Amino acid sequence: MRTNDLIDALSERLEPVSPRAPLLRLGVWVGGGAVVSAILMLTVLGLRPDMASAMDGMMFWTKFAYTLALGGLALWAAERLGRPGVRAKLQLTVVVVVVALFAVLATGQLMMAPAPMRHHMLMGDSAPICPCLILALSVPLLVGTVMGLRGFAPTRPMLTGLAGGLAAGGLAAFVYAFSCNESAMPFVAIWYTLPVLAAGLAGAVVGRFALRW
Amino acid sequence: MLESLKGDTKAYARLLAELTRHLRAYYARRLGDAQDDAEDLVQDTLIAMHRRRDSYDPKQPLTAWVYAIARYRLIDHYRRRKVRSAVPLEDAAELFAADDIEPAMARRDVSKLLDKLPPARAALIRATKLEGLSNAEAGERVGLSEGAVKVNVHRGLKALGKARGAEGDGTAP
Repeated sequence: MRTNDLIDALSERLEPVSPRAPLLRLGVWVGGGAVVSAILMLTVLGLRPDMASAMDGMMFWTKFAYTLALGGLALWAAERLGRPGVRAKLQLTVVVVVVALFAVLATGQLMMAPAPMRHHMLMGDSAPICPCLILALSVPLLVGTVMGLRGFAPTRPMLTGLAGGLAAGGLAAFVYAFSCNESAMPFVAIWYTLPVLAAGLAGAVVGRFALRW
Repeated sequence: MLESLKGDTKAYARLLAELTRHLRAYYARRLGDAQDDAEDLVQDTLIAMHRRRDSYDPKQPLTAWVYAIARYRLIDHYRRRKVRSAVPLEDAAELFAADDIEPAMARRDVSKLLDKLPPARAALIRATKLEGLSNAEAGERVGLSEGAVKVNVHRGLKALGKARGAEGDGTAP
């Protein structure tokens, strides 16, 4: 086929599109994933029993802020990476900064605490279970972010998948925070961050194949 | 491109024709002795752009978008042909460099900036910096002395730098 004929054929069939269309698709898929993840949390795990009293504590809000920041920033990065020629260095750097900042604050809290309490601050009552549950809750969200990102045109599928996976992990941790009654920063810094990173790696692997076009 | 997204077929055909010229030059330079594949890749890229045209954000430079897709199609081409190993290492670094904007395509954005300058000054910059004339030759063309051309070009470039700084958000090439 001659290139000129191709141009004619392509422009003849031109239909108006909106640059917001992929964004809308991403929103629907991620929203759907979040709903499934939240229903799983409510039915299988249940809300934390001490919800009302916990709302007075700083840590209750810190957990939500931390996980929402991770999920939101990573999702923003993934959306940018889905557009050819747009970079997300800034967004991904801020993700790293947020994790580092939280780790520093958690270390500070650990150092200030009396020695006998430190073990509990690190391990809580649910150390080995918590990351597994977050990872499980991130599965519907990972499906949502990857399917949503397929509406874009990522030219770096692995990096885009990584950002999408981090977003899924961060949002899953946010959902899990409604159910988890741990309140020490060191616990959150380790056992919340780890599954988010794991979801990011899973996203990179999936993205390498599923985000190619 | 903006008209094309709204469905203006004439503007779209013009844009594709212009981009085809840039893409041909781009692939001809990259493919070395595999020139036969160049036209296939140009068509491949045109189709890819068409199918994913809603991924273009109107706020971003068009050249960056086109160029990223062209590079993606080229990498995909190497992957399919399994000839990646045949690319010399120094060329490979160039292939994957994120900042590597083709001068021919970047010119589109430059002329957009130039339109903001007084026409006479913009013409002098085009003559000396883009066409490669000397200050004296450019001056002859418009009837100015070599020194006057120099001053004009210098001031114009300064204004361009300012204009670019004002609108640049780090993503502009």
